[in-house]
Amino acid sequence: MADDEIILADLSDDELVLQMHDDLYDGLKEEIEDGVNILIARGWTPYDTLTKALVAGMTIVGADFRDGILFVPEVLLAANAMKAGMFILKPLLAETGAPRMGRMVIGTVKGDIHDIGKNLVGMMMEGAGFEVRDLGINNSVEKYLAALELDQPDILGMSALLTTTMPYMKVVIDTLKEKGMREDYIVLVGGAPLNEEFSKAIGADAYCRDAAVAVETAKAYMLRKHNALKA
Amino acid sequence: MTALDDDTLTTQGATLAGSGRILLIACGALAHEVLAVKRQNNWDHLDLQCLPANLHLYPDKITEAVAVCVEKHRADYEAIHVLYADCGTGGQLLETCNELGVEMMPGPHCYSFFEGNDVFLGRIDTEFTAFYLTDFLVRQFDAFVWRPMGLDRHPELRDMYFGNYTKLVYQAQTNDPALDAKAEDCARRLGLAYERRFTGYGDLVTAMAIAAADQ
Repeated sequence: MADDEIILADLSDDELVLQMHDDLYDGLKEEIEDGVNILIARGWTPYDTLTKALVAGMTIVGADFRDGILFVPEVLLAANAMKAGMFILKPLLAETGAPRMGRMVIGTVKGDIHDIGKNLVGMMMEGAGFEVRDLGINNSVEKYLAALELDQPDILGMSALLTTTMPYMKVVIDTLKEKGMREDYIVLVGGAPLNEEFSKAIGADAYCRDAAVAVETAKAYMLRKHNALKA
Repeated sequence: MTALDDDTLTTQGATLAGSGRILLIACGALAHEVLAVKRQNNWDHLDLQCLPANLHLYPDKITEAVAVCVEKHRADYEAIHVLYADCGTGGQLLETCNELGVEMMPGPHCYSFFEGNDVFLGRIDTEFTAFYLTDFLVRQFDAFVWRPMGLDRHPELRDMYFGNYTKLVYQAQTNDPALDAKAEDCARRLGLAYERRFTGYGDLVTAMAIAAADQ
């Protein structure tokens, strides 16, 4: 064992959480699993473990990705580590009744198989307390509609990486309009070739440039929705 | 003129200007092909300015880079043509080219125009699980795909990137058995089935002919 090796179990709670932020940043999956298990064993709630150790750590990763300090491979490694931590926490969160922010259906549009960004968004939304149904890749308008009917989500998220597939988002939104369902959902869109202007042009509620923005946007829209219901 | 170095074309681009009156602004990934078409047709009045091919790793930077290049060279040429397709700019490059009053290539990307935009778009419903490489991308596979995706350091990420793909299609611009073998090896490394498809230069020839005829 190297002299400078850190024993996670020897750290105080605060030190351990900071160390987990570092370990997430470095994509150290096993260390994250250990850290989660230690915090739970110390009596931390699954929700606190999720938000203070994992989500907060991943938020740093997201910010550094946005600022060009980290790149896609590092983000994927961090996401894998976070996923491993969430795998431990998910059943515990269900048992302990963590706060729910809302429900989302998310999927990559028809003709498009790219899912890295979509998976990151789904994971961060779950981390933020949203219940997420991931429809995967290559989703037709029929698949989206069936999922909306089944799950009655608050939010529909659509992702596309290709210039050739992003117009399909408009097909889905136009179908929602035709069926008088458009106002039932908050529609968020994202993907590398998209931008704010495109999002407005197709009638989405918002364009989300990355997972962190998606979470903040979703929270803001949910707040508005709740306020509207109260009024 | 010295031989074109692919590493330079990837990271720095190249200025291949002579005494032409028309300037082509192209992606570095097209330099060899543009020069080949130019030679075949004796279009000596076309000059070429290549931007770094690795701008494709950050498509949001392409539009500005092209715009800066157009403005920089506008006074020196009678006309400028942009040999980029949309290339992941989500329509922004076309909008900017229209504002600048310069022509650009139609189509979503080079995989499309090498094959011919009509043919490529005709296949789109059945071939969206294909990962495409051109001659340049086969030669630059490590610099353009393997290393930027971190697969040299973290091969375990491969299936996160390529798990939804089913095959690698090598769109060959030239007949080169060595490139064919390398492309097949790229497919093996990515865990994908392999298909070679000879395209030649496709719609690039048409776009260059339009540029060459510009008065």
